[in-house]
Amino acid sequence: MVQSLRRLKESPSQTAGPYVHIGATPNWVEITGVWKEDLGLVLVGPETKGERIILKGRVFDGSGIPLKDALVEIWQADSDGLYNSPQEKRGKADPHFTGWGRQPTDGTTGEYRFETIKPGRVPYPDGRLMAPHITFWIVARGINIGLHTRMYFGDEEAANAECPVLARIEHKVRVPTLIASRPEENGMPTYTFDIHLQGEKETVFFDI
Amino acid sequence: MSDEGSFYQRDRSWHPPAFTPQYKTSILRSPQYPLLSLGNTASEMTGPVFGHDEIGPLDNDLIRNFAKTGDPIGQRIIVYGRVLDENARPVPGALLEFWQANAGGRYRHKKETYLAPIDPNFGGCGRTITDGEGRYWFRTIKPGAYPWPNGVNDWRPAHIHFSVFGHAFAQRLITQMYFDGDPMIWQCPIVQTIPDKAAIEQLVAALDRSVTLPMDALAHKFDIVLRGRRSTLFENRMEGN
Ligand SMILES: [Fe+2]
Repeated sequence: MVQSLRRLKESPSQTAGPYVHIGATPNWVEITGVWKEDLGLVLVGPETKGERIILKGRVFDGSGIPLKDALVEIWQADSDGLYNSPQEKRGKADPHFTGWGRQPTDGTTGEYRFETIKPGRVPYPDGRLMAPHITFWIVARGINIGLHTRMYFGDEEAANAECPVLARIEHKVRVPTLIASRPEENGMPTYTFDIHLQGEKETVFFDI
Repeated sequence: MSDEGSFYQRDRSWHPPAFTPQYKTSILRSPQYPLLSLGNTASEMTGPVFGHDEIGPLDNDLIRNFAKTGDPIGQRIIVYGRVLDENARPVPGALLEFWQANAGGRYRHKKETYLAPIDPNFGGCGRTITDGEGRYWFRTIKPGAYPWPNGVNDWRPAHIHFSVFGHAFAQRLITQMYFDGDPMIWQCPIVQTIPDKAAIEQLVAALDRSVTLPMDALAHKFDIVLRGRRSTLFENRMEGN
């Protein structure tokens, strides 16, 4: 026998199930009066620095049907590339921007939608800059462990081309699954980021 | 020596795989390509924090936080425990959210069709933030088992869903808590997505008679473990790579 390392095991994941909204966004499923506002609905206020953008998209299953019972969380840096987190060691982030959002996909259309700001660039551990990106975490019935991915910006070709994370993707044909296009909608820059759980256009998911 | 290193890699053999055909919904919702292994960057090692001031006084009391005309029907219980990391260190300030069916196994949700009745005094959601020692507790009623469409006769064992935020987005976790001694745990296709029996047992809360409130509520202890951070004995910054 050798000495034990005595580490604990992480609690195993279980699916969020079809009723994740009861815990995460109770007001959205008409459980009102328990708490006033669901967490994560609002990311930006009048004093938030940075370019206002809309993020929207759908989450598709392997048959091409959008999930109407998914929950999407995003986590991103502020316009200077700093995270509003005690773990952020590089500086003080914009106090008017939480960087975290959470939205259910719509029960009819399957669409999620966030109003946020375009993040600045964040360094990779070796000091090179990653391209601006937003971390996504997707849970739903049928997803046994939350899926991590990233959304990159279609109008950041130069930064995307030198991003050390995108460079790690061996099959270059899959890189576009992480890049959102930018059409304008009612004068507001709107990025559409569809997530494909499976199939030909399967999104690149990360083991982080 | 500091604890500022990246997180231990997730042990994917301890977690359920994405594709688990006995749980039919996973078949079309499971990625088939391998996950891209990404060492932690600042984007994963940071995460949102929530203040105790964002939490209301009844948020951790499911017996009272939706009650209209009286207490909900069901066996009164307290669920308590600690949030720890893999290094067995407490995780203070962790937001926990929980949701569950009522005593009859019925959720308050517009898409729920099970014939067991809604309880007018039970909403089924709560939340709390761990204290300085990583401890949490809440009061609720024991949820009932319920049937669900998968096989023709599949039932979920009594369970409470948990969503946990640690200090970093890499620690984000959703799981479920089960109750000690329930034979239905071992018959459930969703439980069985976890390949290892010891991993399943990690989700089974222990009845704790030492915390029971006499003439009031039983108590169940449920500890949750989040990913821990590596110690950085010699910094390896990969300069010039
Ligand atoms: Fe459930």
